Amino acid sequence: MLIRRNRLGESLEREVTERSLYLRRREFIRAGSIAAAAILIPGCGRADEVGASSDAPSARSPVRSPDGFTTDETPTPFEDVTTYNNFYEFGTDKGDPSENAGSLVTKPWSVSIEGEVAKPGSVPLEDLLAGTPVVERVYRLRCVEAWSMVIPWRGLPLGQVLARFEPTSRAKYVAFRTLLDPAQMPGQRRSVLDWPYREGLRIDEAMHPLTLLGTGMYGRDLPNQNGAPLRLVVPWKYGFKSIKSIVSIRLQETQPETTWNLSAPSEYGFYSNVNPDVDHPRWSQKREKRIGDFHRTRTLPFNGYAEQVAQLYSGMDLRANF
Amino acid sequence: MVAAALAPAAWLAVSALRGTLGANPVETLEHTTGQWTLRLLLATLAVTPLRRAFGWAWLAPCRRTLGLLAFGYCCLHLCVYALVDLWGAWDTLIEDVLERPYITAGFTGFLLLLPLAITSTRAWMRRLGRRWVVLHRLVYAAAVAGCLHFLWLVKADVLEPLVYAGVLALLLGARVWPYLRRAFAPA
Repeated sequence: MLIRRNRLGESLEREVTERSLYLRRREFIRAGSIAAAAILIPGCGRADEVGASSDAPSARSPVRSPDGFTTDETPTPFEDVTTYNNFYEFGTDKGDPSENAGSLVTKPWSVSIEGEVAKPGSVPLEDLLAGTPVVERVYRLRCVEAWSMVIPWRGLPLGQVLARFEPTSRAKYVAFRTLLDPAQMPGQRRSVLDWPYREGLRIDEAMHPLTLLGTGMYGRDLPNQNGAPLRLVVPWKYGFKSIKSIVSIRLQETQPETTWNLSAPSEYGFYSNVNPDVDHPRWSQKREKRIGDFHRTRTLPFNGYAEQVAQLYSGMDLRANF
Repeated sequence: MVAAALAPAAWLAVSALRGTLGANPVETLEHTTGQWTLRLLLATLAVTPLRRAFGWAWLAPCRRTLGLLAFGYCCLHLCVYALVDLWGAWDTLIEDVLERPYITAGFTGFLLLLPLAITSTRAWMRRLGRRWVVLHRLVYAAAVAGCLHFLWLVKADVLEPLVYAGVLALLLGARVWPYLRRAFAPA
């Protein structure tokens, strides 16, 4: 059982917490974390170590975790998450990224926010991170190759970041782009894919509070092979949607081109929501191999996040829009 | 030669016991046994052209040994996939074999090798006579199936499977070449 449901008769946290207190929850968490940081790390009273996302639907969700999104499944060993990677910019074998990603320079780094926003511009990473509280979430990650992991991420809710740049009414989609630099990314010297790597989301997917701009995992900054310094984390979609080492975020009116869809349109759709009922031509998607487990477990619709995101796709034929 | 060919299997067994096969040990077992099946199969197919080209008569007995070693790795490969990777997921196993082209190709390759392994003994050679030679031409189809299996498995980087397919094309070409030369030779 991946989502802990509320058993009949059991009180929800929101039912035993006075609403006025509940609405001020972030103040307590922030005050608490500042205090804790101040005690533990002298001179480092930052508020962004642990925060709560502002628009998490705790009031509706039956999940008991305060922000509703964190799984209590055991995280995959850090060693496995950092040595078993698909990051073709550093080679196509799973072990290549951990061996080759040392050549990536992540400081300084800036991200250009372009297109349908009132305040476009190239933003140094520090500035991008400064304006939004960091959250920590333990998410399932399901690869289209039918393996999966559980990863404690650190990141910014993408919706809150985008809001700061004031998307216009014509912003229907968000297009992301990875760094293009064959000198730093040796995998780009071979045209295995149409570089630079590109991905995209519909604006409502991008604004969904589950969607993170990841900056770290396991309580530290992202290792290069995991997409440093800034990556997307969209837990209800196959892993390749969660683009790594992002240098550009463009809001636009039309559906963006995405790399794997360009490579094999019949195999990788734009949506690529985790769906055990729609098989990939190469892999059955009914089950998955959780890294660290010996046998396969059943895959859940939307990777177990149906409760949070299924309504985004109501009325859509998910077989046609795979 | 047998010891050298069995070394990868021994290495896999030791690594599996020590837990050093990486984050996805079952996948490592599958990939390594699959690669050695193909390598040994291509080595088997290289015996006859090399023997003919260089007059190395001593190579002849290696053909059966290499072929059986290839079949051995093929069995390991299939066992890891069917009995470890998909343990209990029998519906997926059947679906995979029928619906995933790369698995259909791989399984076809195994089915083609099976009668060749069974009839590899001297007794069977004697019993089948001329038909033995005809039957054992199935090895060409098995090698093609094996190369397709690898090629269709890979998502984007087809370099490695193309190397195997290229070697196979050379080995098959070496067999067809004398016929072609004779057919197109001026009278």
